[in-house]
Amino acid sequence: MTQDILRGLGLKKYFTASKGLSLFGQPQLIKAVDDVDISIKPKEIVAIVGESGSGKTTLGQLLVGAIKPSYGKVVYRGEDISQIPAGRMRSLRRKLQIIYQDPFESVDPRFTVFDIVSEGVLAHEMVSDRSQLRSLLRDALETVGLIPASQFIDRYPHQLSGGQLQRVAFARAAILNPEIIVADEPVSMLDVSIKAEVVNTMLDLRDTRGIAFVFITHDFAWARYASDRIAVMYLGKIVEFADTDELFANPLHPYTRALMAATPSMEVNSEPPKVLLKGEINHRLQTDIGCVLAPRCPHAFERCSRETPVLKEVSTNHYVSCHLF
Amino acid sequence: MASGFREAIPKFGGADLEVTNLSVSYLVQQTKFNALDSVSLSATRGSAVGVVGESGCGKSTFAWSILRSLPHNAQVEGGEVLLDGVDILSMSEEDFGSKIRWKELALIPQASMNMFNPVFSIDEQIAETISVHLGLSIKESRERAKSLLRSVGIDLRPNGLYPHQLSGGMKQRAAIAMALALSPKILVADEPTTALDVIVQCQIMTLLDDLRRNTAMTLVLISHDVSLITQYTDTVVVMYAGRVVEAASTKELIKKPLHPYTSALLKSIPSIRGPKIRLKGIPGSPPNLSMNIQGCRFAARCAFVQEECRLREPPLEEVESNHFVACFMWYKLVEPRNL
Repeated sequence: MTQDILRGLGLKKYFTASKGLSLFGQPQLIKAVDDVDISIKPKEIVAIVGESGSGKTTLGQLLVGAIKPSYGKVVYRGEDISQIPAGRMRSLRRKLQIIYQDPFESVDPRFTVFDIVSEGVLAHEMVSDRSQLRSLLRDALETVGLIPASQFIDRYPHQLSGGQLQRVAFARAAILNPEIIVADEPVSMLDVSIKAEVVNTMLDLRDTRGIAFVFITHDFAWARYASDRIAVMYLGKIVEFADTDELFANPLHPYTRALMAATPSMEVNSEPPKVLLKGEINHRLQTDIGCVLAPRCPHAFERCSRETPVLKEVSTNHYVSCHLF
Repeated sequence: MASGFREAIPKFGGADLEVTNLSVSYLVQQTKFNALDSVSLSATRGSAVGVVGESGCGKSTFAWSILRSLPHNAQVEGGEVLLDGVDILSMSEEDFGSKIRWKELALIPQASMNMFNPVFSIDEQIAETISVHLGLSIKESRERAKSLLRSVGIDLRPNGLYPHQLSGGMKQRAAIAMALALSPKILVADEPTTALDVIVQCQIMTLLDDLRRNTAMTLVLISHDVSLITQYTDTVVVMYAGRVVEAASTKELIKKPLHPYTSALLKSIPSIRGPKIRLKGIPGSPPNLSMNIQGCRFAARCAFVQEECRLREPPLEEVESNHFVACFMWYKLVEPRNL
């Protein structure tokens, strides 16, 4: 068995939401991430799939130490990064990178590609002179498909397309030789014809540089295309976790099945999309006891509201959190 | 602008809505952008027609122009929009407002969840539309608004329902109820589910699909999402940089795309079912529509490009029965066994 490089153990992240004009009652406690265990192995791509409000972005931020958990820990190569001093965290940050959804929001518009990609290299003192920096940069840009690098290096963000700028974001992360990159909805803002090139950049970085990815997406089709394993999240919890092919061959959790059934397929003669769950995802449905899906689940029975299900291994590497199994 | 040669008009049976050679431009800081160039489409009663393309291809401009709600800096340069044979673009604004808008043709605009006024309740706003157009009393209009909202799955509270009380999916349902207020014959839905999660998307699309089947309403579904178009339309028009590049029955187009853009687009999208293959994407980006474009707009990104493609623009032609393509090289996409 391969050693995990990154593990989240009993991760919880709670926020309090002030309730606008409500004069009475407690401010609402939002359990963005609620008791999540997750592990990442070297060079694998783990997709986290869920709707907005499922907690997938918060989980991604916890995993790279961008925010601290309310409870639980994140262990990177034996070190609990939620407890280490800021100085040590700064040097580890090179190993744990993150890429955001909107490439135009995540870079300084006054920076050139050169500035954007070299910032981290300089901060971590990875080079001793300018020519070394330029060659490192050229390599990084060409690895992400910005070829020839000389054509892109002096451009500003507004002179690039969304797809090109997102690849600059990948280059900025990859140049630091990270072990893991959390890619948070990296293609959801991009045009259909551009998405594939950016997702392929991720696959290529894994293959050529051995980088593992946490690929956060709301789209099951992209998760299927690009991941080795998939964790399905709903209201802060991982409800199912399995190898990608196994999950599609044998989806078990009612929420996983509902997401899959609702996703339109590109096959002309396939079953039309179906609604298997009533209502919408809503934090007001979070309860302290019982299954988070119970209020919407067509299979819910008495035990579901009485006892919180836990993730259990129902077949090799296939985990599901549901009383039906 | 409108090309000098005759173009085929994609028609599928007798049409209720017929858009022919519609051209629209925008003036932005003294620069003219040709957002739509000679776009044609037809829709038969009760059918679902898809308009698919990426950002900037002119899909929304197309929706706005047939509803006569283009922004002020837009100009219709030519073409007709025929509704049961009558050109609604040359009608007076009064006639269009009193006879066509909402009654015959209704639009669910993109991001329509923000179309409601936050200080009035949703049922009141829908009731107002009904009372103005149908001349019903306030009480009757309210009753009708309530039953419309109920039909799209929104339960009302006794003292009215305000926009901030609704989730994105619920507001989208309310927008649909608003569009349906006067039982339009044709509903144009511009990216009706784009900001929504997949389960809610499925609920909304099922609702629209049922409405169309049960009331023989025509649905024009505008979307960038090819899977959605695949599942919910009968015929489809593919747009690229302001032009229709391909039109066919949806099944035919997905199974046998004949335009290099359509073909490349379909190879850029993963599916949740079927074989997994390495996707390609389409390198490059669409042309700047402010320039006078010579030749085919897709030429710079096309794998099949020839000298001719850069010299003149390929017209839309019916190359097979009910299959229209604007490409000189379309036959290269036909598999050898079909020739």
